[in-house]
Amino acid sequence: MTRIASPTELERIRAEVLAGRDPERPHVAVCVGTGCLATGARAVLAAFEAAIAEQGIDATVGVRGTGCHGFCERGPIVVIEPAEICYLQVKPEDVPELVRETLVEKRVVERLLYLDPRSGERVVRESDIPFYKHQKRLIFGPNRTIDPTSLEDYLAIGGFRALARALFKRTPEQVIEEVKAAGLRGRGGAGFPTGVKWGLAREAECEPGGRSSGASGASGKVVVVNCDEGDPGAYMDRSLMEGNPFCVLEGLTIGAYAIGASEGYIYVRQEYGLAVENVGRALRRLEEVGLLGDDVLGSGLSFRVKVHRGAGAFVCGEETALLLSLEGKPGEPRTRPPYPAVRGLFGRPTNINNVETWAAVPRIVSEGAAAFAAIGTAGSKGTKIFSLVGKITNTGLVEVPMGIPLREIVFEIGGGIPGGMRFKAVQTGGPSGGCIPESQLDLRVDFDELTRAGSMMGSGGLIVMDEETCMVDVARYFIEFLTDESCGKCAPCREGLRQMHRILTRITRGEGREGDLERLLELSALAKEVSLCALGGTAPNPFLSTYRYFREEYEAHVKEKRCPALACKALVRYVIDPARCTACLICMRKCPEGAIDGGKHRIHVIVQEKCTSCGTCLEVCPARFGAVRKISGVPVPPPPSEEERVIVRKKKAAAP
Amino acid sequence: MSEIQLEIDGRAVRVEEGTTILAAARKLGIAIPTLCDHDGLEPYGACRLCIVEVDSGGPASRRSRVAASCVAPAEAGAVVRTRTEKLDRFRRTLLELELARAPDSPRLQELAREHGARRDHFDGDASFCIHCGLCVRYCAEVKQLHAVGFIDRGIRKEISFLPEIAGRECEACKECFPLCPTSYLQAAYVLMRSFVVPSRMK
Ligand SMILES: Cc1cc2nc3c(=O)[nH]c(=O)nc-3n(C[C@H](O)[C@H](O)[C@H](O)COP(=O)(O)O)c2cc1C
Ligand code: SF4
Ligand code: FES
Repeated sequence: MTRIASPTELERIRAEVLAGRDPERPHVAVCVGTGCLATGARAVLAAFEAAIAEQGIDATVGVRGTGCHGFCERGPIVVIEPAEICYLQVKPEDVPELVRETLVEKRVVERLLYLDPRSGERVVRESDIPFYKHQKRLIFGPNRTIDPTSLEDYLAIGGFRALARALFKRTPEQVIEEVKAAGLRGRGGAGFPTGVKWGLAREAECEPGGRSSGASGASGKVVVVNCDEGDPGAYMDRSLMEGNPFCVLEGLTIGAYAIGASEGYIYVRQEYGLAVENVGRALRRLEEVGLLGDDVLGSGLSFRVKVHRGAGAFVCGEETALLLSLEGKPGEPRTRPPYPAVRGLFGRPTNINNVETWAAVPRIVSEGAAAFAAIGTAGSKGTKIFSLVGKITNTGLVEVPMGIPLREIVFEIGGGIPGGMRFKAVQTGGPSGGCIPESQLDLRVDFDELTRAGSMMGSGGLIVMDEETCMVDVARYFIEFLTDESCGKCAPCREGLRQMHRILTRITRGEGREGDLERLLELSALAKEVSLCALGGTAPNPFLSTYRYFREEYEAHVKEKRCPALACKALVRYVIDPARCTACLICMRKCPEGAIDGGKHRIHVIVQEKCTSCGTCLEVCPARFGAVRKISGVPVPPPPSEEERVIVRKKKAAAP
Repeated sequence: MSEIQLEIDGRAVRVEEGTTILAAARKLGIAIPTLCDHDGLEPYGACRLCIVEVDSGGPASRRSRVAASCVAPAEAGAVVRTRTEKLDRFRRTLLELELARAPDSPRLQELAREHGARRDHFDGDASFCIHCGLCVRYCAEVKQLHAVGFIDRGIRKEISFLPEIAGRECEACKECFPLCPTSYLQAAYVLMRSFVVPSRMK
């Protein structure tokens, strides 16, 4: 491809690409996102290439590796177009059969299709699988149809049409107005209106001569992609960066035009090797063809982008810490104001947005603000990608319209709670988000509703918890994470979290004291209002939300030394029900502490002094006996007397 | 730069734009307690003892917030309160948290008396450093030596002398010692020397 020097040429090249493609031509999309790579997708892709060559159909069948499809748990995922036949958990040894049956004989291979556990039926098309059916995949959907290394693929789905329109048909102010009218809010957590933020950066004046313009020596405004994604378990930003880097870069370039920036940075966390590779390749390609660099598309816009690999600390995702880290300084948040829009990277006005925010921009510009704003609620427009994990049947990345009931995500898309367990809560918003209980399941997920419920949108993590989860322990767990991830600069966060963690740990060990809950509330109020940055400001949420909805669990732990979920090890005892024990010896042999007293025909008893509550006996006791139980907050029943412990086997066939 | 006017504890004050609220209050003779602030150093905003309540913004976007006065710029038309029940409660809790770390610090004890902070309100976990950063910042900003710095983050964050630099520079300087509100700095220094000096100096 030569340099694309004008919108007309862009359309000519697009037409050429499309002319060479027949939508009816069969082709195989193998997901090679990080999730599927981990389950062997690379070998599956290679097997397809080999098998197709062997069948001699390589002239008529296309194969491509694509970005993440979201249903990573069932990977490697293969979709065969145009019929959209979706095969899950495909192994290289399945491939020759798939090629022969589906591509040559045009038959579906049943055993690799999704099996709907409710209807017991197989589902052929990817979009008919319940996991996908209730989603609205505007941003994430194209991942499935393009090879992230191919600019041609991106052009084929309309890529860079939005950029051309912005550069040639809109003034920068009009672009900003369009983004404002779309109602796009930042996907990085706080939900700040993106158009408003762009407007502030556009209005900001560059200090002439600049404060130290730093190593780069450059001046002028800066735009930044925040792909730090420090929230454990979240990987939507990674999947977008890996699967559709051109889209993020197109959004970024539109932003640069609107704001008047000459330089862009992509801050990617260190571990995201494939994202760095794919976005780096995309950058070079765009520079080659003149979609980045000097005189973009012949518009006169000059815009260059660099990739920076971050150190991988959670707090480096906070915008001021991220910018300091980009300057090569320790990634510690600083006080705002001044906001980055006024004084950002090396003192230059800087606009920073999350990956998903940037990825939404091309669509807004090409389809118009009204189309975007038609989706969602009054205060939150468009779609949001969530990472659905925990005690749930279908895990993965899901993109849903703002305003979808939480219940629909958990029970329709997620397929409910496995193992016949009851739903207890869903933790949203990442480590400093909150837990939402069953009574709030009809909540319509958007920025404001989640905040109202005491949680937040955050990065879009959704962790489902079942009845065996102790909410006090959940709070302790997240606060512990935050004590490690706080930068440690300001006292309410560092010392407040240290004490909150100590108190919560004590409570889960049955050592809670009078006044502990009041102390937790006091420390929460302090961290929330007095911390320097939003990490400390949101850090008490795991406690506050669980205290709000599950106060009785806290009280049970502190006052009765009881864990209602039977989860806190120090508060549960294991006991054997003499009426159900058949003296089968299994638990006795498996107990690592030798804490079970018993014998042949002698009902087993747990010697409490020796028991460490490891739970082995409960696990190994055959389900048909179900003799081992957990108890909490009540005394261990006295063991039966020696006479009562003897089991007399009825040898003869018992007459009724 | 232009002058702006704001109100602190009911009194009007005019300051240069860019002045911190703390400096504006001092101009009025209003004392705000501080731990990490120091005249010769860049504002840091870590101890949060200097918090104030600020009402700011235009009539439509008027909002109230708690801000650290040592780093918060004075805004035109803002109304600032330096003593309120809420601020007193927050300051007391902050001091109680620091007292759990450095129970013997005379500076903390004095502030604790003023603010009614209890010494044993939180579990003791003495480390003696309260992370005010005075030594680290003095060494970096004034001496430009970086002989002492912070290592690690979160609750494991602590100060540490860098033996290569400290072994060479500190004996002749020690200017940071009197800045430390606890005795930790000297202890850390002595500890560092005990590791470094035997091999270096002999
Ligand atoms: C502790 C902390 C961690 C954060 N981590 C991220 C992150 O990983 N990715 C991100 O986009 N924003 C993160 N943010 C939010 C950023 O500070 C900033 O608001 C965001 O990048 C702005 O982009 P947006 O307006 O598109 O959301 C974090 C904020 C805090 C307080
Ligand atoms: S709130 Fe926490 S993370 Fe933020 S500056 Fe303070 S110590 Fe650092
Ligand atoms: S004096 Fe302002 S935060 Fe310490």
